[in-house]
Amino acid sequence: MGAGILISSVVSMGGIGAVLAAFIAVADKKLSVKEDPRIEKLMDILPNTNCGGCGFAGCRSLAEALLKGKAPPTSCVAAGDATARKLASILGVSVTAQKRNIAVVLCHGGTAEARRTAEYRGAVDCTAADLTGGGKACTFGCLGYGECVAACDFGAMGMNDNGLPVVFHDKCVGCGACVKACPRNIIELHSEDHKLFVYCRNKEKGAKARKVCTVACIACGLCVKDCTVEGGIALKDNLAVVDNELAAQNDEATKRCPTKCIHYGLEENITRGSYLASKLKKIS
Amino acid sequence: MELIVVFISASIIHNFVLTYFLGLCPFVGVSNKTENALNMGMATTFVMTLTAAATWPVYHYILLRFNIPFLEYVSFIIIIAALVQLVEMYVRKSSPTLYRALGIYLPLITTNCAVLGLALFMVLRDYTYIKSIIFGFGTGVGFTIALLMMSGIREELEFADIPKHFQGIAITMIVAGMMALAFMGFAGLLH
Repeated sequence: MGAGILISSVVSMGGIGAVLAAFIAVADKKLSVKEDPRIEKLMDILPNTNCGGCGFAGCRSLAEALLKGKAPPTSCVAAGDATARKLASILGVSVTAQKRNIAVVLCHGGTAEARRTAEYRGAVDCTAADLTGGGKACTFGCLGYGECVAACDFGAMGMNDNGLPVVFHDKCVGCGACVKACPRNIIELHSEDHKLFVYCRNKEKGAKARKVCTVACIACGLCVKDCTVEGGIALKDNLAVVDNELAAQNDEATKRCPTKCIHYGLEENITRGSYLASKLKKIS
Repeated sequence: MELIVVFISASIIHNFVLTYFLGLCPFVGVSNKTENALNMGMATTFVMTLTAAATWPVYHYILLRFNIPFLEYVSFIIIIAALVQLVEMYVRKSSPTLYRALGIYLPLITTNCAVLGLALFMVLRDYTYIKSIIFGFGTGVGFTIALLMMSGIREELEFADIPKHFQGIAITMIVAGMMALAFMGFAGLLH
């Protein structure tokens, strides 16, 4: 009896499987869709990370758009010039070199600088922390729970031991995933030529901003005066805002800043030192 | 007459989504836009009808004949998986636009518990072959109705002033609960 059931189970299941397999095999032949073979070629070149930086749903959608001529070969922000040239050679068009964008974290109020008013003990996640305020007195600054780091598909971000995210200049592809992830909109994409930034987003009046963070912009206007190009830096909503297209790319404007919130140079060089020293990679 | 009762019962009175809470994944996932909801509903209806048509003979002529009804889960699942494959190939061939609109949700019909639930209920209630097909079709129509109503409500919700903590899935679940309560009203229809 036992053996009989075993045999009939195996035979009937195998039979059903075989019939279905035959069906699918026939259908596969009959219903096969002819695709442009160049799609596969383009897919091989594209990074296949589906980061969405190009504005399409994924690498495949971009490949289809490339073939239809709806997107230029430089659309893939993640891959860089070499890939753009390869894509262009398949598509038979020419490319001009593209300026690279990288992400800049516009807050330097880490654990050492920003005052804390509360202890946050919720989910370790910026969006969740942002709902309750997060613990830091500054309601504009970085929460420090690393949602941007988690969002990065390219390993181009890490947290330093001051509780701030760092963008690794050499790895960042400018896809903008971290920009979308940050609930406080601290991260922006900028051309890699731009090096002068005010690393603060606090829109409170100077006295109030200074109370919550030692590196807050208090909108004193010294950098506006010191900027070597007229109108390169302007005050807006109690913040100094650098217009990098206009402002001279030198450090004149940073010298007299009382809170040292304006810096010239690669952001990475300003913050990465402590990150490397601690080798603190995990977000906790 | 009996067939009409089975159809109405499956689609409205015992709506799979709103009374048995089966197939909630696509119910929440694909109900953002009415157009997508309708397409998903039609694809699911098609798969459900085919499933009923294919599993009934397998159950009655193979599983019962050889006295191995305990294999119903395994055999139903592979039949559903194969059917979804066929539907996917067909949709891809006939309408690339629909194929792209359905995206990941088409393969997900494979693991849609409403489809498996339908096959199991069908066996449990001892339906005849014709009744089973009507039951499968009715279930699909009921699924489509629920999906369409939900997507209509969600399109309106886009403009509603929802408290921050209730936005997204939370309000969707609340709406689903209220719809389920409303559907309970149909229970008196059949006696």
